[in-house]
Parts: sequence; structure tokens; C-alpha cells
Amino acid sequence: MPDVTKTAPAPEKAEAPLAGPQVDVSAEKARSLWGDAWQDLRRNWYFIISAALIVLLLVIAAVPGLFTSASPTVGDLAHHFLSKPELGKVGSPEWLGYDGQGRSVYARVIYGTRASVIVGISVTLLVTLFGGLIGMLAGYFGGWVDAVLSGFTNVFLGLPFLLGAMVVLQAFTDRTVLVVIFALAFLGWTQIARVMRGAVITVKQADFVQAARALGAGTSRILFRHILPNVLAPVIVVATISLGVYISAEATLSYLGLGLASPTVSWGMDISGGASQIRVAQHILIYPSIMLSITVLAFIMLGEAVRNALDPKTR
Amino acid sequence: MADIRKEPADATPNVTEVATVDAATEEAAVAAIDAPVSQGEPILQVRNLVKHFPLTQGILFKKQVGAVKAVDGISFDLYAGETLGIVGESGCGKSTVAKLLMTLERATAGEVFYKGQDITKLSGRALKAVRRNIQMVFQDPYTSLNPRMTVGDIIGETFEIHPEVAPKGDRRRKVQDLLDVVGLNPEYINRYPHQFSGGQRQRIGIARGLALNPEIIICDEPVSALDVSVQAQVINLMAKLQDEFNLSYLFIAHDLSIVRHISDRVGVMYLGKMAEIGTDVQIYDHPTHPYTQALLSAVPVPDPSARDNRERIILSGDVPSPANPPSGCRFRTRCWKAQDKCSTEMPLLAIPERFKGGETPASHESACHFAEEKDVVHAA
Repeated sequence: MPDVTKTAPAPEKAEAPLAGPQVDVSAEKARSLWGDAWQDLRRNWYFIISAALIVLLLVIAAVPGLFTSASPTVGDLAHHFLSKPELGKVGSPEWLGYDGQGRSVYARVIYGTRASVIVGISVTLLVTLFGGLIGMLAGYFGGWVDAVLSGFTNVFLGLPFLLGAMVVLQAFTDRTVLVVIFALAFLGWTQIARVMRGAVITVKQADFVQAARALGAGTSRILFRHILPNVLAPVIVVATISLGVYISAEATLSYLGLGLASPTVSWGMDISGGASQIRVAQHILIYPSIMLSITVLAFIMLGEAVRNALDPKTR
Repeated sequence: MADIRKEPADATPNVTEVATVDAATEEAAVAAIDAPVSQGEPILQVRNLVKHFPLTQGILFKKQVGAVKAVDGISFDLYAGETLGIVGESGCGKSTVAKLLMTLERATAGEVFYKGQDITKLSGRALKAVRRNIQMVFQDPYTSLNPRMTVGDIIGETFEIHPEVAPKGDRRRKVQDLLDVVGLNPEYINRYPHQFSGGQRQRIGIARGLALNPEIIICDEPVSALDVSVQAQVINLMAKLQDEFNLSYLFIAHDLSIVRHISDRVGVMYLGKMAEIGTDVQIYDHPTHPYTQALLSAVPVPDPSARDNRERIILSGDVPSPANPPSGCRFRTRCWKAQDKCSTEMPLLAIPERFKGGETPASHESACHFAEEKDVVHAA
């Protein structure tokens, strides 16, 4: 038998500092999970680019007047794309050309941002809060609570997302942004609820949750300090990916003529209008589509970056 | 199809702990729990502890079709300052005993007396006081520490839950002291668990167990997830801490040599029952229960010549299902001594009649009708 004492490591206390950030921990103040995540994010190019894009989109959505002097709703048929097809200089109303009603495509792209961003963010927030709560309660308490909440979730999951949203929207004559948000959130929360429930069931059996219970921790401490931080990663990923889905769902509904209605300006309505004229005037379709793609991509990139930063194991 | 489901009481932790006791009884219970106990007195008395997990059938109208008898009536005492080792193979109910003693599971029947208070029936403040005095070290140091919390938060959380143990401004220093006590650099306080090795993580787990200055620490296989060289370090640390803080350990493991190294007394479990219990010399050198003898004969012997000479007891068959245990003696289906009496009459855990009153080391509690001494470890 080999001599074990030879290979036995030195006492752990004398060990050299472990792998990881080589900083003097004693001088450093205790940082929270989010503080560490921020340290990680500010050096991440994916985060910087996507955050810059999102900030730009939010500014455009808040004050579109800063970016264009033209009105998105006032058209001059003298500017119809057939009569005046040449493009103007950057930033001017005629930069991206005009649509069939003689309205500036650039102005419409700028003003359309607001509807898409508001719908995307609001639906995601509503869905994450409601779906997350349902999923967390079902997963943590189990038993009949889980049976009732999961049954409720499955009923909503059984309804096709777009078809359901169309039916809800049909019930409203006045289709404002709020109505569209409600219609999308009404059926959209099931996915988050299921992801959350599964994640909570996995985490609640972990030994560290048992350890917290053994210490006498209450339900809310266990839920919010031990379980929630450990289930956030999959939920954030699903939420950011679905944020893009909700923006395109709004565009789809508008394309189908059931989403937002004029005079609200949205990319979906412009994509819908542009699609019918794709052979003669591609620019009406292309520019709102590019904006839509960039927005969806920016949120997905942001979600990915935040998820990696929140996961200490990847650091 | 039958499936194993926890009782509703387990599925909704903390909800069922409704305080029905009046304030005065609770006050008295807390005072009793916080009272000191002298060395050598029984600090924890387990009496006929039972835990059955119901087996249910059906989706909507669940009907109970049976029960997994994980722990089926075990009794033992834990004395102040001693280490009681509990050994047994996988699935014999060792970990369930640990969970019952921590009141992480509610017992189906039986009592656990801690300083005269039955902790299986406590709730509210009295239960919290018990939790301050009985702590646990978990088996797997990779899952027993919250990966999202720093070491300082993990250990410091004990003081947030029990604020009376350490004043607020004092907590950080206390956590650093604890890290020092378990042999970790106190400067590691802001690190996350994944930045540590397995042995270091288990030290963090021990520091958390020690934080409230408990009297009893229940160790559920605390070293089985560690490398052999690290196991020795952690075991020696635990032995050192026991002397330093006058702790009582309930040490659950399946490694017989480690249990012998750390334990004063040893209990052997088989299929939810205690087969034999005694001091380490009585159990290891003078076992009287056939199951203990079989278990000991399987311990690896480092000396090849001794290995060739000793007798191996090979048990046939598998451990019966705890949902449908054999009648009478639990071990009779695999026992070479089994007779008719074993299937009809359940042997009680007691000092066998023939050894009663004798001064021999074989005179210890053993649940066998045909208990007889057999030294398997030293057999030539």
C-alpha cells in the first residue's frame, strides 16, 4: 500500500490563495451578488453594446421629437414614393424615403419605437411578476397548492398564444397600447410560471435550503434569500428572450390588423403596410424590420450578459 | 402505480407550526432548553421514534396503500460530551433519523426528549431555542452552501435568524473568528463557496453549525463526499472542536473505520431498526448481532496476510423493501442463524439474557434471539 502521508496536502490554512480574482479581500468591502454582477458587466462588451442600444431605444421612445422634426402621421401625397423616390441626407425627413401616403419613413420608424418598446417591456414585466409568483408558490408549497396552480397554468397554456390574443383583442373596440399589453400578458405568463416552478422544485430540495430550515429560517427568508437568487438565471433568460417575442407578437397582431390601430404608430403596422408594396418600394418594409430585429437582438444580448454575470460559477 | 409522496405537513414547511401552547408553558420550555446540562448526563433521549412515508395511489382521490417504514421504532440516548456513531448500509434510515432530530421531518410517532422537552411537539419560540442548541453538518459540501451567498453571509445568516446570539456590529468579527476556529483564513469572508475546495467547504459548513454555540451537532455523513486525505483533516478538526466547545455529536456514517475513530459509542441500524448498540470496543471487538458481524467482516483490512486468514461473512440477497419489511426480526431473511422464532417474534433491543449481569464486553444491547459473541475483525 502506498504511503499516504507523503502525498497528503499541507494543512489548508497554509495554502496559497485560491484561484479567482487576485485581490486583497481584507481591504475590500463586502459586495452583494448584484455588486459583483455589476463589476463583471461593466467589462463585458456584449453588455455595453446592448445596454447602449437599449438606452438609445428608450430615449427615442421617450422623446422622439429629438431625432426628427417631421411628423409621422402627416403625409403629403406630393412625396409619394412613386413620385419622389430619391433619398435625402442623414437625419432629414426624406432620409429613408416616403411611404405610400407621403409620410416620412424615418419619422415613422422613430415614432414607432415607443409602442414596441412599451409593449415589450410592460408585457415582460407583467408576465415575469405574475408567472414567477404563480410558479414559485406552486413549486415551493407543492401538494394541493401546486395541483390548483398548475392546473390553472395548464388551462392557459392550452390556449394558442396568438389566437388567444386575437380573441381578447376582438373584445375591445378601442385598441390602445394598454389593451395590447393586456392581451399579450393574459396568455404569455404560463411559460415563466412553468420554468419557475421547475426551478423552485429543484432548488428547494437542495441541502442549503434544508440547512436554512434547520437554522430556523422562516418561509419568506427561504423563498427570497435562498430560493429566488438560485432560480433567477433561467427566468431572466426566458424573460429576455420572450421580450423579443412580445415585440414581434405586437408587430404580428398589428400586421394582422388586430393590434394597434392608427393613429398610433408602430413598426408592426408599417411592416404590414410595407409587405404589400414589397415589389415597388422595399424601403417601407426594410427599415422598420431592421429596427425590430435590432431591438429584439439587443434585449436577448442583454439577458445573456446579465445571466452570465449573475452566475458566480461562470466567473 | 404507487408513488412516494411526502405528507402534506412536510410539503408546507413552517405553515403547520401553529403555536397552540400558551405563553407561560412556552416560556418554561425555552428556559428548560437553555439550561445547562452536566457532562455524562443524557442530553438527548430518543424513544420509539417512527417515521413512515405514506405510499399513495390515485391522482385525484389519493388513498394510502402502504407506507415506507424508513424509521420504525428506534430508541437511544445521547450523553453530553460524547460521540454516538450510527452506522448502517444505504437506505436503512440513518439520514431520516438525522432529519427527525432536526425536526426537518415530523415524526409519525415516538418522542425525542431534549432536556426533558419533547422536541417533536414543540413549535414557535421553544422550537427556535431547540434549533439554537441542536445544529447539523450536512453530507455534501457542494450542495449544502448557497452558491449565491458569500461565506460571510452564509455563516452570518445564523445571527440574523437568532439575533440574540450576536449583536449587530459584532457579527462580522464573529464570523471571522469562526473561520479561524475551523482553520480557514478569516480574510476569505467575501468569497463564494465555489472558490473553495471540498474540504474547505465542509469547514465552512462546520463553522455554520458552530455559529450558534450549540450543544449537539448532528453530522450526516460529514466526510463521505471528501477525499480520504481530507477526511482525516476534517475528522480531526471535529474531534478538536468537540473538546474545545464540549459538543455532543451524533455521527452518522457508513464508513466503519471513521466511526470507530471518532465515536465513544456506536449504534448499528438495519432497515429502520437499531440492531445493536454499545461502546466502540463492545461493537467492534465483541459484536453479538449477526448483522454487525457481517458488516464488520466486510471492513477492508490493509494487511494482505491477515486478510487471507480472516473469515468473511457473505450475506445473500438484498435488503428487503422498507415498504414491506419481513415479520419478526428484520434481518431474518438474510441471517444464517434464522429459525422459526425469528419470523414470529420480534427481538427487542436489550442486553441478551445469557450475558446479563456478566462483566463481559458482550453484555450490551443487541436485538437478536440468538445473540452470541464473535470477533470477526481479529479472527485468525
